[in-house]
Amino acid sequence: MTAQTAEITVSAQGLSRKFGAHTAVDNVSLELKRGEILGFLGPNGAGKTTTMQMLTGNLAPTSGTISICGVDLFEHPTLAKARIGYLPEHPPLYRELTVLEYVDLAARLHRVAKAGRAAAVAEALARCGLADVAQKLIGALSKGYQQRVGIAQAIVHRPDVVILDEPTVGLDPNQIREIRGLIHELGANCSVILSTHILPEVESVCDHVQILHHGSTAFTDTIAGLKQFHGGRMVLLGLKRPPPAADIAAVAGVARVEPAGDTLFRVSFADNADPSEELARRAAEKSWGLYRLAPAQSSLEDVFVHLTQKEEQT
Amino acid sequence: MIFTIAGKELKALFASPLAWLVLTFLQLILAFGFLKRLDDFMQIQPQLIQMANPPGITELVAAPVFATTAIVLLFAVPLLAMRLIAEERRNQTMVLLISAPLSMTEIVLGKFAGLMVFLLLIIGITTLMPLSLLLGGSLDFGLLLSLVIGAALLAACFAAVGLYASCLTAQPLAAAMIAFSLLLGMLLAGETAADGLRGRDLQVPAALAQVLSPLKNFEPFAKGVLDSYSIACMLLLVAVFLILTIRRLDAARLRG
Repeated sequence: MTAQTAEITVSAQGLSRKFGAHTAVDNVSLELKRGEILGFLGPNGAGKTTTMQMLTGNLAPTSGTISICGVDLFEHPTLAKARIGYLPEHPPLYRELTVLEYVDLAARLHRVAKAGRAAAVAEALARCGLADVAQKLIGALSKGYQQRVGIAQAIVHRPDVVILDEPTVGLDPNQIREIRGLIHELGANCSVILSTHILPEVESVCDHVQILHHGSTAFTDTIAGLKQFHGGRMVLLGLKRPPPAADIAAVAGVARVEPAGDTLFRVSFADNADPSEELARRAAEKSWGLYRLAPAQSSLEDVFVHLTQKEEQT
Repeated sequence: MIFTIAGKELKALFASPLAWLVLTFLQLILAFGFLKRLDDFMQIQPQLIQMANPPGITELVAAPVFATTAIVLLFAVPLLAMRLIAEERRNQTMVLLISAPLSMTEIVLGKFAGLMVFLLLIIGITTLMPLSLLLGGSLDFGLLLSLVIGAALLAACFAAVGLYASCLTAQPLAAAMIAFSLLLGMLLAGETAADGLRGRDLQVPAALAQVLSPLKNFEPFAKGVLDSYSIACMLLLVAVFLILTIRRLDAARLRG
């Protein structure tokens, strides 16, 4: 099992894609091992979908290489594609088919052997909670169910890599929770790449995150690394009688102070420093009326804004 | 794998009212033409008997029925083929096929095969009408077989052009218009060019121009002649348009 966990399923090096003069994706690399869930994060137009289209062989990259489980996607496209399950932004559904017919078709197209096909289809339907609507026409289903049919299509051939482009868009909170549960389950024995611009989604589902901005990688690390990168370096400071910001900035180890409301401040720490204790002591001493000293929550959002805006400035 | 896609296309065709409408109208037109021809044949039969080598019922009734089918196919195939790729692109369902472990050739051949099965069904019901004459007489099976083969090849030519037109656009109706214009233009150009060039005794260019006109190539079949050059022309036309379609779709992946 340990050998399997270490197996690299997706490896993409130096992916670039140009549309005429416009560069949609610029030198993006990623590597994923079995059992890992990678979250692609980025604002609209950051190149998430283009990258996924390239990873699934729907779009040829201008430069770069992709290999799926060691199989080169461009030299042996059919072998590599057999190991990928892909749910595009718009689920590719045939409205005139029933759910069962459609998932069965997807299984045939992915060359699932006849002997195990019925079982594979039944399993995919069960995992996506579609067993009750198997005989309904896809066109008659609600958006949430259609999305699930799209996921069923992507997992029916038990791929090693599942690529989901915004899988929870347009779903209600209960359905989102179910889909996230399913993604977790998938992550147990294959690699999952999902794209989203919903920040908590990445936090709750993924164990790796890659932030794209203007087509290039702005940040890539594990979720834990991301939290550490950010959470340890910034606190939210609430003072009932706030002094001038310069007074707070004067505390040793404080790198930057930004007002975040009348009495709230975002305090960034300098590298390898933790002036929380010092801040508390200083606040008590000078009677600033400390009522809050907490690691800045919504951490991903901050990192996101921070990274993407930083890039814009450069 | 080609059969899987062909099956899917057939299912999609029969799920739409278009296929049923085409079958219904075709049947109406054919039945009318067939009965009219049969009526005429009955009236001139006394004169025919006096002739030394009279044309048979197959030549006088079956051949015109197939000629009608050929014309109906010219109108119907662009409509039946328009959805094959254009609609998949419009509904963004092409991704399912492209993401699956299939080559573009398999996808295109599968779609072509699906449409061909439907067109063979049309030819099948066309054949049933002359066959019904067996109840009261005999048929020239050689001529009938030649007609069926000719009609199948003609349908294949139209289908290949229709499939190519369908990959040019994401609007099914536009695809039908392109296919229809393309076919009509090819028929006219091929026919006039072939005749004109042959008139000036330019045999080789005339023979090449004939490739363009499937209807011209259908003519020998209607006389019961299995002309190998006509067969080659039609197969060449089918191959060219299928290859163009495959290349076009492959290019779409590069261009995005």
